[in-house]
Amino acid sequence: MILAELEGSLSAVGYGLAAIGPGIGVGLVFSAYIQATARQPESSRLTLPYVWIGFAVIEALALLGIAFGFVF
Amino acid sequence: MISQSVVLAGGAAEFPPSVEDFKLPALVEGTYPWLTKYTLLVWVAVAAIIIFFLVTYRNPQLVPTKRQWMAESIYGFARDGIAKDMIGHEGIRFAPYLATLFCFILLTNFMGIIPGIQTSPNSHIAFPAVLAVISYVLFIYVGIRKHGFGKFMKNSLIPPAPWFVLPLLILIEFFSNFIVRPVTLALRLFANMFAGHMILLVFTLGGFALLNADSLFVKPVSLLSWAMAIALTFLEAIVALLQAYVFVVLTASYVQGALADEH
Repeated sequence: MILAELEGSLSAVGYGLAAIGPGIGVGLVFSAYIQATARQPESSRLTLPYVWIGFAVIEALALLGIAFGFVF
Repeated sequence: MISQSVVLAGGAAEFPPSVEDFKLPALVEGTYPWLTKYTLLVWVAVAAIIIFFLVTYRNPQLVPTKRQWMAESIYGFARDGIAKDMIGHEGIRFAPYLATLFCFILLTNFMGIIPGIQTSPNSHIAFPAVLAVISYVLFIYVGIRKHGFGKFMKNSLIPPAPWFVLPLLILIEFFSNFIVRPVTLALRLFANMFAGHMILLVFTLGGFALLNADSLFVKPVSLLSWAMAIALTFLEAIVALLQAYVFVVLTASYVQGALADEH
């Protein structure tokens, strides 16, 4: 006997949960860059490559979330 | 193109888009999967890059012409910004490969938004996988050639840590250096292009789906959907540039780690 039934896409819910972590992570990366540049503007050119590397590595996890939503 | 829009507006759009939309048919009967739009686009990208650099460097002058300046800027960006900054002085000998890799990934990424083409070969896992395997073989080969196999393994696998955590750390370092690196290189590029194209499909086909809705008040919302598609196309351009840059920078960073002298 079915008491309650829920229909819909679990992969969408899974992706939503998977996007929390990278969202916070990317926010941390850019907030660190903004604060560092605010303290010492000359360092902005030195730290910019690390901003992009950090962003892409963290974003990879969010994208794994959306890609695996289609695979599984 | 006009006939395609008429067909879509007539109600033939399948919404929502799925993975099946990425499976394009073979261009010539019976050659699937060897000759599809994707393989043709890869050849077109290779030809375009070769022709571009050959033509712009035909008669190099001391005071560069406009085309020569453009080619020099692209190569200078890859050499100074990526090879020299990440690897150091030894990076100059990797600069040609990194510049070519950057141009190739940039061009194939941009094919996702060029009107008429509008698919990127990088939205199939095969093409980024091969590029990642090449980078993987590159940094391992460079490290082994410089340090010798034993010393290279010792540098990569044994971090400076107390002896009792070393067993766990060696396992983690092996997994992260030799397994996760190529997989995430490929998967990052593939997932960005796949998801980007999927988003554009959602908003474009969604606009047509809204246009074909029954209620008359829903139909104008399709314009909002198409405006979002245009905005996201610009975002896709930024993402294409960024993903090409990140792939090359990470390859350079792995090479630098392999060449590093001590831990």
